[in-house]
Amino acid sequence: MAAILALVEADPRGLKRSSCEVLTAARTVAEQLRSSVAAVALTGAAELLEQAALYGVSEGIVLEHELLERYSMPGMAAALAQLIEHEQAHIVLMAATARGKELMPRLAAKLRAGYAPDCVELLVHDGQLLARRPIYAGKVIATVRLRTALHLYALRPNVFTARPVEKPVSMVLRRFRPHLSPGECSAVVREVLRSEGKLDVLEADIIVSGGRGMRGPEHFWMVEELAQLLGGAVGASRAAVDAGWRPHSEQIGQTGKTVSPTLYIACGISGAIQHLAGMSSSKVIVAINKDPEAPIFKVADYGVVGDLFDVLPRLAVKLAHFLGKPVPEGFRRVLERN
Amino acid sequence: MLLVPMRVMVCLSYVPDTAARPRIAADGKQIERTELKFIMNPYDEYALEEALRVRERFGGEVLAVCVGPVGATEILRTALALGAERALLVRDEGTLDSFGVAMALAHVAQHYRPELILMGRQSIDFDSFQMASTVGELLGFPSVSVVSRLTIGEGGTVVAERDIEGGKEIVETQLPCVISVQKGINEPRYPKLPDIIKAKSKPIEEIEPPAVEPVSEIVAMELPQQQRRGRILGSSDEDLDELIRLLHEEAKVI
Ligand SMILES: Cc1cc2nc3c(=O)[nH]c(=O)nc-3n(C[C@H](O)[C@H](O)[C@H](O)COP(=O)(O)OP(=O)(O)OC[C@H]3O[C@@H](n4cnc5c(N)ncnc54)[C@H](O)[C@@H]3O)c2cc1C
Ligand SMILES: Nc1ncnc2c1ncn2[C@@H]1O[C@H](COP(=O)(O)O)[C@@H](O)[C@H]1O
Repeated sequence: MAAILALVEADPRGLKRSSCEVLTAARTVAEQLRSSVAAVALTGAAELLEQAALYGVSEGIVLEHELLERYSMPGMAAALAQLIEHEQAHIVLMAATARGKELMPRLAAKLRAGYAPDCVELLVHDGQLLARRPIYAGKVIATVRLRTALHLYALRPNVFTARPVEKPVSMVLRRFRPHLSPGECSAVVREVLRSEGKLDVLEADIIVSGGRGMRGPEHFWMVEELAQLLGGAVGASRAAVDAGWRPHSEQIGQTGKTVSPTLYIACGISGAIQHLAGMSSSKVIVAINKDPEAPIFKVADYGVVGDLFDVLPRLAVKLAHFLGKPVPEGFRRVLERN
Repeated sequence: MLLVPMRVMVCLSYVPDTAARPRIAADGKQIERTELKFIMNPYDEYALEEALRVRERFGGEVLAVCVGPVGATEILRTALALGAERALLVRDEGTLDSFGVAMALAHVAQHYRPELILMGRQSIDFDSFQMASTVGELLGFPSVSVVSRLTIGEGGTVVAERDIEGGKEIVETQLPCVISVQKGINEPRYPKLPDIIKAKSKPIEEIEPPAVEPVSEIVAMELPQQQRRGRILGSSDEDLDELIRLLHEEAKVI
């Protein structure tokens, strides 16, 4: 029996980092409430479950059913509802990933439980768990209390830290076989199409974003090379996406993606409130803009006031030297020309 | 299953304008609503457009539903002007939590019996991303969220493409179902002036929501604390060297 369940997912590289963050958060809450945690593997993560021990979680539960071999969100919700009742769990945590944001509310509705989405903080107050989450696109932070005995929380990725324990604990794996009918496992994932070789903004530690100030798609190689140099992903403002310069999957903001990377570099982005909605929880923000009055500077940790066509090539060379890496191809050509 | 005609229910939420800067009310638990301009939730414009396109293809009708205050009739009129056949306001002055809104929408669906329910990806007030899954569960319908491409086959099969980290996933399901949509699924049309005028005299039905105990409550609201360093530099070589030093030594991010 485990009082707290941490639902974990896999990606092609292993256990999802956001799942490791959830494991750490679950353990922290368990310590405060003196209860126990088990990690539960969603479809595709069963083989990786032992890694939960690295984060101090010593119990793992594998859901066993032919109907779950291909992921079905409603099917997974049905299976988890049975598991929660079997374990008499009172807290369920999952990362607010694409699948987490879809699965958790379904599970909550099935069990008539309170659910707090997109939490950025969990706090124990008088033995009671409370969650803090941004609303109105991050313009307000709400403290939420769930009024049911069972609580479900989805945690915003990259906000909680994944902290491995010094001495990994040993892991005990259990199996749970839910009763499922094919009708419950509707909405089956037929196929997953991975965007090859491109790091997604949702998974990146560093994001370099370009806006209208980039002047056209032909200049975005600068943003791409800078991102690559730093091991990061490319993002864009809506202005750049609507102009057709960049795909919608790169859009950051209210109608795009919400990201919280360690480092966010905005190039030629003014910092409209709808853009800030998607990136203001980044840990460190750097803005490069020629207009010293641009609102982006109000939320920046570090700002460079200057023309990005002049700044980016020099910055790229300096960063390459600093990191001990070769100067990226495109920037090298620009410098040779000058 | 014969598809024609299709009854499509589209859920529209009435939210503060994206540029609004909400102020927190004296009780510290809600925002001052009176000061704000309210609009149709931006994602719901895509849901409405998709609903109209499905109706145009299969025949049938579109019911636009909003759980909200009297002022929300404004966005229901827009829906009528754009081509929805019917509009329904479930009166709520902000007392329902998300689960209560879901119960109200499910209640409408139980009476209306739609083959398809369309919503936006998220309502930009509370950004919950939860309505499609919750309503789907309450009705026992499959649901797919954040869909950027939707294909409905003659036999009632549904193929939905949705964004996930690092790619897309293709989900197969069937009608009846609940789908929440994402920008990019279509280009919403604009209402024409004669249709706006005609919509003014169309009826908007109104009902009270079912009584539901909230499962969650907001105990406090506050403005986010800005703890940014705000170091603004120029663009000389020295400035850029300083930037790299700060990123390395002070912020420790490179
Ligand atoms: C409902 C709604 C939803 C929205 N959702 C989003 C969203 O999800 N994401 C989003 O980003 N926006 C969104 N917007 C749009 C948003 O309001 C802004 O229009 C948009 O963010 C502007 O993009 P930008 O900063 O690239 O362009 P601009 O505002 O035009 O800014 C360009 C900046 O580049 C600078 N610049 C120009 N040339 C140079 C140069 N050579 N060197 C350095 N700097 C230079 C300029 O000084 C300026 O500050 C939304 C708007 C609405 C109404
Ligand atoms: N009060 C409401 N009335 C009608 N539809 C709503 C309401 N709240 C949310 N929705 C629908 O549910 C979608 C997702 O909202 P949410 O899960 O609240 O972020 C919105 O885009 C709307 O389509």
